[in-house]
Amino acid sequence: MSIPATEFASRFPDLSRQMRVDQVGVEERVARFCKRSIKNQSKVQALSMALSMIDLTTLEGQDTPGKVRQLCQKALHLHDQLPGLPHVAAVCVYPTMVAVARQALAGHDIKVASVATAFPSGQSPLAAKLADIKMAVDSGADEIDMVISRSAFLQGNYARVFDEIGAVKEECGSAHLKVILETGELGTLDRVRRASVIAMHAGADFIKTSTGKIQPAATMPVTLVMLQAIRDFYYETDRLVGMKPAGGISKSKQAIQYLVMLREVLGERWLTPELFRFGASSLANDVLMQLQKQATGVYQSPDYFSKD
Amino acid sequence: MDKDPRVSARHAGNDTAGATQKATRQAKPEAGARLTVAKTYKIYIGGKFPRTESGRYYPLRDKSGEVIANICSGSRKDFREAVVAARGGFANWSSTNAYLRGQILYRIAEMLEGRGQQFVAELVIQGVSKQRAATEVTATVDRLVYYAGWADKYQQVFSAVNPVASSHFNFSVLEPMGVISILAPEDSGLLGLVSNIAPAITGANTCVVLASTSMPLCAISFAEVLESSDVPPGVVNILTGSQDELAGQFASHMDVNAVIHAGSDGERIKEVQLLAANNIKRTIVRTQTSWVGETGQGPYFIKDTQETKTTWHPVGA
Repeated sequence: MSIPATEFASRFPDLSRQMRVDQVGVEERVARFCKRSIKNQSKVQALSMALSMIDLTTLEGQDTPGKVRQLCQKALHLHDQLPGLPHVAAVCVYPTMVAVARQALAGHDIKVASVATAFPSGQSPLAAKLADIKMAVDSGADEIDMVISRSAFLQGNYARVFDEIGAVKEECGSAHLKVILETGELGTLDRVRRASVIAMHAGADFIKTSTGKIQPAATMPVTLVMLQAIRDFYYETDRLVGMKPAGGISKSKQAIQYLVMLREVLGERWLTPELFRFGASSLANDVLMQLQKQATGVYQSPDYFSKD
Repeated sequence: MDKDPRVSARHAGNDTAGATQKATRQAKPEAGARLTVAKTYKIYIGGKFPRTESGRYYPLRDKSGEVIANICSGSRKDFREAVVAARGGFANWSSTNAYLRGQILYRIAEMLEGRGQQFVAELVIQGVSKQRAATEVTATVDRLVYYAGWADKYQQVFSAVNPVASSHFNFSVLEPMGVISILAPEDSGLLGLVSNIAPAITGANTCVVLASTSMPLCAISFAEVLESSDVPPGVVNILTGSQDELAGQFASHMDVNAVIHAGSDGERIKEVQLLAANNIKRTIVRTQTSWVGETGQGPYFIKDTQETKTTWHPVGA
């Protein structure tokens, strides 16, 4: 499965030329994104946009077909009292649940995403990871969320990480590939940047911060570093790579701050569910509560919104 | 510019003893007259004392028109945060056993007793006569002790085994409603406030309270008492500000289960009742003008913010 040596050499990025991340600078920049005042009409617009970018997610050992169907039902009927709401971008489940989700969402343009490659640890042989993907793709997944092998990455075995992503991309076929870096396990922003560059060169359509199983999950500094990597990759290769912060974003206010950051780092072209997603399970309800508040002027209670 | 060092010392505002101790004064000048350290009255949300999010304040004046303090003019966002804190504190407080809740109420009384003089002084600044202030503080301590006693007893009084014409064991018990918003009485800064908070929390609810606009000092000092009396964060949250601005929010918030309005302004009562209908919130109106004695207390004050749960349990055949 590994790429022939000559091709590998031409595609593997020269990591020595990657710029180093200035952590203090990143934190100061992030602090400024959080100070933008987004009110009234622009707030409603930002909230609907956030809603349209959500990957409604359930990744638990306790998932059952019934629970997945329920989640799909929620994706289809977010809050029927509020007319004109956008639908979420995708429903994200384990490979064994893809068929169930596919069936429940038949006839609608909500995508089915599946995590794969021994999610969340990535500690399985490549053959098993590829079998995982094949199962998800054959069951009808539109998008695959893979995890990189942090073990190999932290050992400095970047070539293996690169090869694995390449092999997975091939196995995905037409399905979109999101590569989870699990930044909470990488330790430094420099490594986050390096992992992003490797993933994008190896063929990722999206890069994603976290599995949601490790703390810290998505944070704004980590996301900023990844967005900058996407921007530099675009200048270098003319390819648009998407971004998905996942885990830990549960409030509308945070979601709006991420959108501000996205707009100011990558520009308007990225303000679409094609290129930006939120991986979250509880964010949707908070956004809905805020939209309802904007519509009625009354603060809302979770009692009146569906549970996942 | 002064040649005489004593003169400059006087300018700094001290030295009434004067010339007799001139030599020592010159060697070691006394510090200036001590400035009083004025207390900053902040709001109380989730066990913390933040300033209002809005950055707005209103001056509180004494009888002579002198400004005593700048009081936070709480906003609807402060209220929203307070409701989040109250909701967060509810699970813990409602599962705390009744005996312990009683102990904690008793503890509040203890702490209030110890700081009684401060409360008397604050009431006097706000225009209450010295004697009435002392009576009010004592009555407040007694009221807390009264509800401390009720904490593990009201359930027995109001619960019942009901006769039914089928083979069921049928019984009704009280359960706390949840988050209660309280518009405290305008003319009773301490006793009226506590007479509304105490029964709500005795009944295992959590609450958000808007203190009297014209007498807010004791409310914030009472928050300090709560903070140091084992009351978990979020159980009581106290805001200051204008009732005109906040009453609507207190009544309309969907995550509030009941609203208590203490006062007799008909227009205000109507406003609260109309907005509370939004989520069929229970509305409790308390119109008494005096909170002293039996008119200001009783187990029915606790029952006001309780739901009755009736259970049908099959027995026999």
